[in-house]
Amino acid sequence: MTSTTTAPQGATTAVALSGVTKVYGRGTSAVLALDGVSLDVAPGEFVCLVGASGCGKSTLLNLVAGLDRPSGGQIGLAGDTNPGLMFQEPALFPWLTVEGNVEVPLKLRRLPRAERRERVAELLRTVHLADFGRKRPHELSGGMRQRVALARTLALDTPVLLMDEPFGALDAMTRDILHDELERIWSERQLSVLFVTHNVREAARLADRIILLSSRPGRIIYSTEVNIPRPRRIDSPEVAAIAADVTERLRTEVGRHGQ
Amino acid sequence: MASDTLTSSARTDAEISGLDALEIAGRDKEISRGARIWAATWPKLAALTIAILAWQLVVWSGWKPPYSLPGPMEVGRELISQARGPQLWDGLVTTLRRAAVGYVFSAAVGLLLGLAVARSKVLRAAIGSMITALQTMPSIAWFPLAILLFELSEKAIFFVVVLGAAPSIANGVISGVDYVPPLLLRAGRNLGARGLNLYRYVIAPAALPAIVAGLKQGWAFSWRSLMAGELLVVGISQTSLGAQLTYSRDLSDAPWLLSTMIVILVVGLVVDAAFGAADKAIRRRWGVLDQAGN
Repeated sequence: MTSTTTAPQGATTAVALSGVTKVYGRGTSAVLALDGVSLDVAPGEFVCLVGASGCGKSTLLNLVAGLDRPSGGQIGLAGDTNPGLMFQEPALFPWLTVEGNVEVPLKLRRLPRAERRERVAELLRTVHLADFGRKRPHELSGGMRQRVALARTLALDTPVLLMDEPFGALDAMTRDILHDELERIWSERQLSVLFVTHNVREAARLADRIILLSSRPGRIIYSTEVNIPRPRRIDSPEVAAIAADVTERLRTEVGRHGQ
Repeated sequence: MASDTLTSSARTDAEISGLDALEIAGRDKEISRGARIWAATWPKLAALTIAILAWQLVVWSGWKPPYSLPGPMEVGRELISQARGPQLWDGLVTTLRRAAVGYVFSAAVGLLLGLAVARSKVLRAAIGSMITALQTMPSIAWFPLAILLFELSEKAIFFVVVLGAAPSIANGVISGVDYVPPLLLRAGRNLGARGLNLYRYVIAPAALPAIVAGLKQGWAFSWRSLMAGELLVVGISQTSLGAQLTYSRDLSDAPWLLSTMIVILVVGLVVDAAFGAADKAIRRRWGVLDQAGN
């Protein structure tokens, strides 16, 4: 844990960011990537971060995941485990089978073999890949690989899930189905999710709250609750209305950089 | 509402298995074992036949007298008679023992050195380029020094074999560690692999293909160095393969010379094939084996 990471007070927040700043480089070539970002994610809340290029979305997730240190501000996490992080690429280990990949975090936590086997089977059932445990990643489709990555992240048993455009590289059909899957797993396991995307519709489909970040430097410029009852459909008029509102604001922000 | 959720989740299940079935259909292509072996073997047999034929044609053309260039039949007969006597086998054992000792030691030195240079920026700045320079140095150029240091002894051969092979192996390790995809490192760290565990679970397996390539190249270098050494450092052991080459030349026994060369070639090929098989097994596991299956 970094010195700037503290446990948030009580159980009212799963992730607490206050005044988080990130500067890359030094002196005249320094780039301000994030500027005073304050944000609380409640336990069981699904928050989507939306922004154009250069808004520091991925930087923010790296900081919360503990893969990088903030230049200023505080990051607090519920529980003492690192949050799970998923990327746009599945980032599976090609030398291991599907089972082997899901088993890695369990091995690193030194769980006994019998328990590991049980947990792997349970996790693969959760992502509907119970029959594919012996396959290697290259034998699976993109959507299946991303589900293996999800199972592997869930094996961390962490209450907080960070997702960095996890469905960005998938076709629309697969993405729709994975939205349903993620929504189910999120509500079954009462996860807190911080989900980064540039796809505004995806955000409106999934989020309890959408947060819009400005670009260069990244600042929170808009935040809206999404009170559409679940399960939602990405093509429903309510989702489209929210998406239209956020898109409008995103375009205004992008236009600001062209002047 | 409850029944609603149930039907919708059952529907999702069906959609998911349907999509999975469609997407991975037709990816498994089974070829019988026999067909695969034949496909790999016949081009080699054909090439060998052509090479022997060409050799025979050159002999028939009378370009060189038969006592300096005997034909394949004569060399084959010599090879069979050599295989029946102890001399060839003694030589083979001597040479292979030297190769094994030198190579295992080189592999240990190369792996440790490579790992140290890959980890430490200071070491890399200090000796990183020197390792590459050592790799380009023809090993035979080390022999005068080796003979000055160790005289005409096994040690001189060992010295040159290690200098020939270790840099290649070290370079394989360095490039393997350098080219571990950063994304896999981030994933590994997020899954809880830090320090030594990151090496065990991510870096070492990800670097394995490059390490095997380095080991293979290291073998080629050590085998060449060993042959050069055995040709130069004659007299310490009567029967090594290199010594037999020297003696057969001294005695102008061309069939013996050529049959010894064939044995050296075959040993090199067999070890190379073993490395090739290891490399192929890794690539198959990783899913990067090309369609031709070579």
